[in-house]
Amino acid sequence: MTINESAQGVVEEFWMFDDWMDKYAYLIELGKDLPVIDSQFKTNNHLISGCQSRVWLHAEEQEGQIVFTADSDAVITKGIVSLLIRILSNHTPQEILEADFSFLESIGLQEHLSPTRANGLASMIKQIQLYARAFQLKSNQL
Amino acid sequence: MAFPVNQLRNDFPILSTQVHGKPLVYFDNGATTQKPRQVINRLVEYYETENSNVHRGAHHLSNLATVSFEGARNFIAQYINALKTEEVIFTRGTTDSINLVSTCFQSFVHQGDEIIISEMEHHSNLVPWQQLCLSKKARLSVIPVLEDGTLDMETATQMLSPKVKMMAISHISNVLGTINPVKELIAKAHKYSIPVLIDGAQAIAHIPVDVRDLDCDFYAFSSHKAYGPMGAGVLYGKSVWLNKMPPYQFGGEMIDQVFLNETVFNRLPYKFEAGTPNVADVLGMETALHYLETIGIDKIQKYEDKLLKHATSLMLEVPGIKLIGTAKHKTAVLSFVVEGVHPYDLGTLLDQMGIAVRTGNHCAQPLVESLGINGTIRASFGLYNTISEVEYFVASLKKAIAMLL
Repeated sequence: MTINESAQGVVEEFWMFDDWMDKYAYLIELGKDLPVIDSQFKTNNHLISGCQSRVWLHAEEQEGQIVFTADSDAVITKGIVSLLIRILSNHTPQEILEADFSFLESIGLQEHLSPTRANGLASMIKQIQLYARAFQLKSNQL
Repeated sequence: MAFPVNQLRNDFPILSTQVHGKPLVYFDNGATTQKPRQVINRLVEYYETENSNVHRGAHHLSNLATVSFEGARNFIAQYINALKTEEVIFTRGTTDSINLVSTCFQSFVHQGDEIIISEMEHHSNLVPWQQLCLSKKARLSVIPVLEDGTLDMETATQMLSPKVKMMAISHISNVLGTINPVKELIAKAHKYSIPVLIDGAQAIAHIPVDVRDLDCDFYAFSSHKAYGPMGAGVLYGKSVWLNKMPPYQFGGEMIDQVFLNETVFNRLPYKFEAGTPNVADVLGMETALHYLETIGIDKIQKYEDKLLKHATSLMLEVPGIKLIGTAKHKTAVLSFVVEGVHPYDLGTLLDQMGIAVRTGNHCAQPLVESLGINGTIRASFGLYNTISEVEYFVASLKKAIAMLL
């Protein structure tokens, strides 16, 4: 499945929710189900900086594709990062760098993109793109 | 007579807006307060009819602006009961006021000296003193906070000595709501001739402030936490200190005469007001304080205390909630944590229900760390909040906790 197709899938899932409570209950559920990051990666090196909630993000390459794992001490944040991982994990650096994130607006999460939400989507996306760029540089050098 | 909260609410246009389709419940007054129409109108009136640079031109508008600006200084001096009008210095806000004093005190603090602050200080009344101590190789002594959120007065008393060159303490804690016994601390400090600066950011809109009764040497506050515009504030200082202190910034109104090799600085209060002042927002601040005076600050305090008591008793019934800051003398600030729930998650869900609260460390990281928590949720009330808002908040809180656990 392409990134666009998974994103479209998420958008359709969110369209089912009539009110915000169902949407957030779903995010909380996703957060609770997020596969636990290997504890060796829950270090300051993997921390996305901010002061509201802590998010750890780890990336590794498997056969040319990037696999992300993450954790957060806030469950809604965990749900959001889990959504991103579901859509972006198991894709090549090039695909990730070309990804269109406008689907976030369709699911009503754009408020988490504001610059003041230091730990919100904006910094997670930036970190994901940094990982993709780093892996791309590495493979170009080989 | 009952407190006319419904009538007062009509003065605040923003209170009738909606957030996520729900009526706004604004419980983040500790961060900033909303502005009544009177204040908003004053800003418009100034720019439409009086705008001009103060203390300069001989023309009509300049005189008008100057008279208004100095009238505001006069009113504010009376409002806080300063002895002299020139003891009121206009600044950008509390942080700016404190930085002014800490910077000027570079002349008075030397290696081996001490400065006393408390563990509950906002970063704005902590970092300026910490940096001053670091640059002068002086010692920063910190009054501990007890479990109920009050200052350890016994330790504080023992810390006083002639080596102490400044004591800087908040009137009210922004995290805990504790009203500190600053009058008592000031009297004790003065026995060692220690000047005392009071950070009044959280006090000015909630309790009476009388600088002469407190006998503080400096008092700092912001307009925006007292229903006035952002970007204006006050440093009150006893003239004996303000005259002793060197100028802070140079240029503009703080100059009397300039020669190529030297400059004669202006007298108080202009000595500390370099550049063109923020006239409009100072006038807005005057209007805001006048608004508070008209209602009566003691009536506001009594009403907010009623909100606090009601909220506290409802909160104590919610399982898993721990209140942070349970001092006997406190203002309407409710900081709390919920077992197993991250403050950010709760804040996000409350926001969806139209409720604005603050989450995190409240710019008081050392205090939050000493409490052994990773932040709190803080509901802080203002004069326009109601009992039914408090009840909606606690019901919403229960709903949010149920979703998260």
